[in-house]
Amino acid sequence: MEDLSFQHRVPGRAGGSRQNAIVGVVASGNLEVLVERTLPDAECRLEIKTTAVGFGEVWTAVVGDFVERHSPGGLRFSINDGGARPDTVSLRLAQAVRLIEEDGR
Amino acid sequence: MTAPLRQMAPAERIRTTSFNEASARTRLELLLDPGSFVEFIGPEKREISPHLKIFDLPEQFDDGIVVGHGRLDGSPVFIAAQEGRFMGGAFGEVHGAKLTGLLRAARQIRSIPVLILFDTGGVRLQEANAGELAIAEIMRAVMEARTAGVKVIGLIGGRSGCYGGGGLIAGCCSALAVSEPGRIAVSGPEVIETNRGVEEFDSRDRALVWRTMGGKHRRLLGAADVFADDTMLAFRDAALDLIGLVGAFGLDKLRAEQGRLADRLRRFGACEDAVDIWRADGIVHAETVPELSADQFIALANRIGRTSRDAR
Repeated sequence: MEDLSFQHRVPGRAGGSRQNAIVGVVASGNLEVLVERTLPDAECRLEIKTTAVGFGEVWTAVVGDFVERHSPGGLRFSINDGGARPDTVSLRLAQAVRLIEEDGR
Repeated sequence: MTAPLRQMAPAERIRTTSFNEASARTRLELLLDPGSFVEFIGPEKREISPHLKIFDLPEQFDDGIVVGHGRLDGSPVFIAAQEGRFMGGAFGEVHGAKLTGLLRAARQIRSIPVLILFDTGGVRLQEANAGELAIAEIMRAVMEARTAGVKVIGLIGGRSGCYGGGGLIAGCCSALAVSEPGRIAVSGPEVIETNRGVEEFDSRDRALVWRTMGGKHRRLLGAADVFADDTMLAFRDAALDLIGLVGAFGLDKLRAEQGRLADRLRRFGACEDAVDIWRADGIVHAETVPELSADQFIALANRIGRTSRDAR
């Protein structure tokens, strides 16, 4: 297992009012993303626990791309990864933001 | 990316979504009345397994089981759903404790039924005794809840089936619904082959696995009360039917169950294969049972008429 952590400054707060959301499952080639609205509006943090050791550079690129596209201000992402490919990671991150931006709870 | 699914009308989604392919959370969302589910000890609580880290294995924030309460056709239910894709839906210490707690809550309240959506290979071997103890605690909690008047209904149709300790817990439930891909057993195909040899059971023979442990056979034997097509709607209807059908539980019922099982052993104990049992049960063209569509099979099963309603 390898632990990775990323912190980004972002221009805007994520929309919606939900406090948390979860997508995905921890399985081979898959991951779960728990997203919580717990940070100041201009901050975004991602904490990753992954079974695939030594892919820090790929994560840096995927996370950088995600933050730039979605501007997920105020959100803390906690990720348990079962060795998902970068495209799957991007998809789950986008789904997590979409879910927490829905109204309700 | 999820837009097409979300834009589909709820009635359409529940009719077209496969129980087998859905995640535990999707199953809960579609089975219950829309928006009614409230989770106990959700993923944000991070009640994760204390054991997996020791083995350098990944954790899941809900430890592979979602528990809570919601409404089914307007009435309250307690509900648990195992995630069969996380470690084969296996029972660990935390996973098991969540189900035990749910059943104990139901026992205290007495009037609210419990639905358990099994999807499990059994005990999580990394958690060894803690997992085995969890099974024993859950079985006790099921029986205590039933004794207090709670209906405990098992729904089985996931990819991991319902094996090992999960099979034992299912055997303690008031009633079960199963679909064709759902399998119910204690020892799984590979366990049997490993211990008794390939002549005893060829785990790679998929047809053999399904006709021995699959939903159709379990329904015909009376181990499951309802055979459901593999859709969320069919399982929702099955759950509602079973909540309506299950009667009072007590010593008489246990005696009747003992009698039912003894009778089953007497009648079919010498059969070599499930097809022999079906034939002995008077099913003509028994060898075609695995090919029957859900509708055809349900008609056949209803004609044979064996259920555990008088027993269990």
